Amino acid sequence: MRLGPGRRVGLGRLGLSGGCGHDGAMIRFAALLDALVYTRSRNGKLRLIADYLRATPDPDRGWALAALTGGLDFPAVKGSTLRALLMERVDPVLFQLSRDYVGDTAETASLLWPEPAAPQGPVPPVAAPSVSEVVTILSGLSRATAAAGLATLMDRLDANGRYALLKLATGALRIGISARLAKVAFAEAFAVPVEAVEEYWHGQAPPYGALFAWAAQGAPAPDGGQVPLFRPFMLAHPLEEGVELDLADYAAEWKWDGIRVQVVCAGGETRVYSRSGDDISATFPEIAGALSLPCTLDGELLVRGSHQGGEAGGAASFNALQQRLGRKVVSKKMAEDYPAFVRLYDALIVEGEDCRALPWARRRAVLETFSARLDAVRFDLSPVIPAAEFAELGEIRARARDEAIEGVMLKRRDSPYLAGRRAGLWYKWKRDPLLIDCVLLYAQRGSGKRSSFYSDFTFGCWNGDPDQGAELLPVGKAYFGFTDKELKWLDRHVRQHTVNRFGPVRETDKSLVLEVAFDSVHESRRHKSGLAMRFPRINRIRADKPAHEADRIETLRALVRD
Amino acid sequence: MAAPFSWIRPHVHGLCIGPANAWIDPARPVERALVTHGHADHARGGHGEVIATRETLAIMALRYGRPGREVVAGYGESVSLPGGVRATFFPAGHVLGSAQILLEHGGERVVVTGDYKRRADPTCPPFEPVACDLFVTEATFGLPVFRHPPIKGEIGKLLEALAADPGRCVLVGAYALGKAQRLIAELRRAGWRAPVYLHGAMERMCRLYEELGVELGDLRLVADMPKAALAGQVVICPPSALNDRWTRRLPDPVTAMASGWMRIRQRARQRNVELPLVISDHADWDELTATIAEVNPAETWITHGREEALLRWCELNQRKARALALVGYEDEDD
Ligand SMILES: [Zn+2]
Ligand SMILES: [Zn+2]
Repeated sequence: MRLGPGRRVGLGRLGLSGGCGHDGAMIRFAALLDALVYTRSRNGKLRLIADYLRATPDPDRGWALAALTGGLDFPAVKGSTLRALLMERVDPVLFQLSRDYVGDTAETASLLWPEPAAPQGPVPPVAAPSVSEVVTILSGLSRATAAAGLATLMDRLDANGRYALLKLATGALRIGISARLAKVAFAEAFAVPVEAVEEYWHGQAPPYGALFAWAAQGAPAPDGGQVPLFRPFMLAHPLEEGVELDLADYAAEWKWDGIRVQVVCAGGETRVYSRSGDDISATFPEIAGALSLPCTLDGELLVRGSHQGGEAGGAASFNALQQRLGRKVVSKKMAEDYPAFVRLYDALIVEGEDCRALPWARRRAVLETFSARLDAVRFDLSPVIPAAEFAELGEIRARARDEAIEGVMLKRRDSPYLAGRRAGLWYKWKRDPLLIDCVLLYAQRGSGKRSSFYSDFTFGCWNGDPDQGAELLPVGKAYFGFTDKELKWLDRHVRQHTVNRFGPVRETDKSLVLEVAFDSVHESRRHKSGLAMRFPRINRIRADKPAHEADRIETLRALVRD
Repeated sequence: MAAPFSWIRPHVHGLCIGPANAWIDPARPVERALVTHGHADHARGGHGEVIATRETLAIMALRYGRPGREVVAGYGESVSLPGGVRATFFPAGHVLGSAQILLEHGGERVVVTGDYKRRADPTCPPFEPVACDLFVTEATFGLPVFRHPPIKGEIGKLLEALAADPGRCVLVGAYALGKAQRLIAELRRAGWRAPVYLHGAMERMCRLYEELGVELGDLRLVADMPKAALAGQVVICPPSALNDRWTRRLPDPVTAMASGWMRIRQRARQRNVELPLVISDHADWDELTATIAEVNPAETWITHGREEALLRWCELNQRKARALALVGYEDEDD
């Protein structure tokens, strides 16, 4: 993974450019956190983390990495510890006024904390701690000693350092760094393949000594051994318009509308990983609990139902699955109302046998045999579509909308299972998008490079006959689909047609029709219109079309397949 | 005997000095105005007579034209007002020409600070504590979370960002009166000799500063420059222009903002700021409280800002204080 020349705020600001002595390392970690808070672009964040990882010695960088990705937990330190600590030092009224103004307890505490008195006479100032010293001290604290231990550390840091300390101690970094982003940054830092990082990461615990030794010093790769490792997914390219494939070379499968998962069982443990490699086993305990044969399988996580693919062997809509996503604890009722299962696509490893180098057709045979031995309630096989000619497949795909399936996958019969997107091997052939004409209602400025442009658009449809006094109700929001040139045009339109401003949002005079493309539409209580689109994007600017000719909500509602 | 300080009355539109028929920093046109400094929330147009420092009068003339009558009050000089009131101007260290006003009447001494700071500023003389019975103070940064760091470190951050990527420029949002010139003067102090590039709205005030004797070095307008020539340079604009279309003429700017509010992360993020510079022309919490303790008045009035917290501090320290509900004073960008 290479980063473009793009934006660079620079390490000078982090104080990382010089030597990397151990003293004050917590200050440098704090500078990294701050820079991440203020940097909006993904590439900018990647570069900041990569530079930090390169310039920082072990084990500090490992602990920092764990902190960034939420891999640290200090149960003795609670939000209440922090409050109690402050109440001893600051008037409660002044604390409350400050907290109300700042909006974040840790930040308020870091700013309010009395600066340590300047050292008197020959006593040297107490050095700022390293990250690993902070971690060691925090993990040694009990409920009884938490307040005093935290206070001692606070006294050794400046305001930014105290902020980083409190965020780290309470496990509430919330700076938008996903595990995936951290892994990409790690790969970038040491010029190693991100797939390899993914593969070795999961077996390791903070501060990831073996991982750094491998990536930074060329030591042998850490041994995953008998642990349920995540292996990077093989991904597909979109099939371009007009391209036809020979079905003698390619097999076709449905592209189910759920979430892609990898189910891994090793060393007596079973894990469910998401596309990004995040462990979501706790969210779907019935899946993890149903597999005890050692394997690594690729499939689609779905909820039982008849919405996709009909009554027999069907699956519920993505909306149903959404009820289950993001939950840390699953109630019994939730698991009964929305029973999850995995529809299997591929076999990476089966009973110790690594199949990834085998051609797809061989792996498919392995998968068919192996899946027959699994719990049929939780695992089934995604069928191969029996089409002999590409044209025939096209017809089947066209009917996919009625079946509410996302589209069709085409896999080269001789393709090995390779990490990432490889040209010519796998294709996704999504069904054509749905289109509707909407009216532009509101626009909001984008972030980063787009911060001077109105680039986030909210649009609506009529709730009746516009000539009989119908109103426009918002039906969705889109911030892509247009070219740079179209963005400039839209930006100018918004500025010239503003009727109201609400902070960063402008309300327009509702004169512009936008053709919006989307994959599907569902009932939703979030919008006043009662509908929500999936993947809406601006397909075309219809400056030629008068606003009263835009579509009505009822037209959109008719496309709901829930 | 009249109640203490009954000759000076807080009014929603400013402080009224009854016997002198005069106002301090009135928010609407009056017959006679004493003006502490040139910021728009303190200095307004349309007055009959304005009593202020030479610099403040010049700044007001630039913005509003000349008033009916100007009375120049130099630092340390007294002006006699009707009704036996004497007004003396002292440096407030806030911006060029900024003054605290000492009012004396019937044996009582009242100091109105306007806005002030206690840090050194190369563009104006430092604040002088003046003994008084009633201290009327601002409280813009009147919360204990506000502690402005030394300016040297903030200027250092700016210079490091410039050095980090010669392909980008650093665009700093700064108040057109005071903050911008202080920033330029501090950059010069730190050894930045290159031209500093200005948004058109900053030009007149910078020129006026130079006419009034504050040297700012080579200043140029962004409008005159091709985009590529601005790479690696410092550009200063009003905070309102930071995310404006105007920025498209700059080479991939690092968006910075010089303001005391930048101490709060959420504030910086709301502004889409990449490089927050905590530089303020107001007293921070420690300076506000230390100044009250140093001046040690019998009573303290708080004009504008986060008065609640400063009031609480006075209460905790057994100091008599009250918050005035003045309208129209606002320093959102400072
Ligand atoms: Zn001011
Ligand atoms: Zn003010």
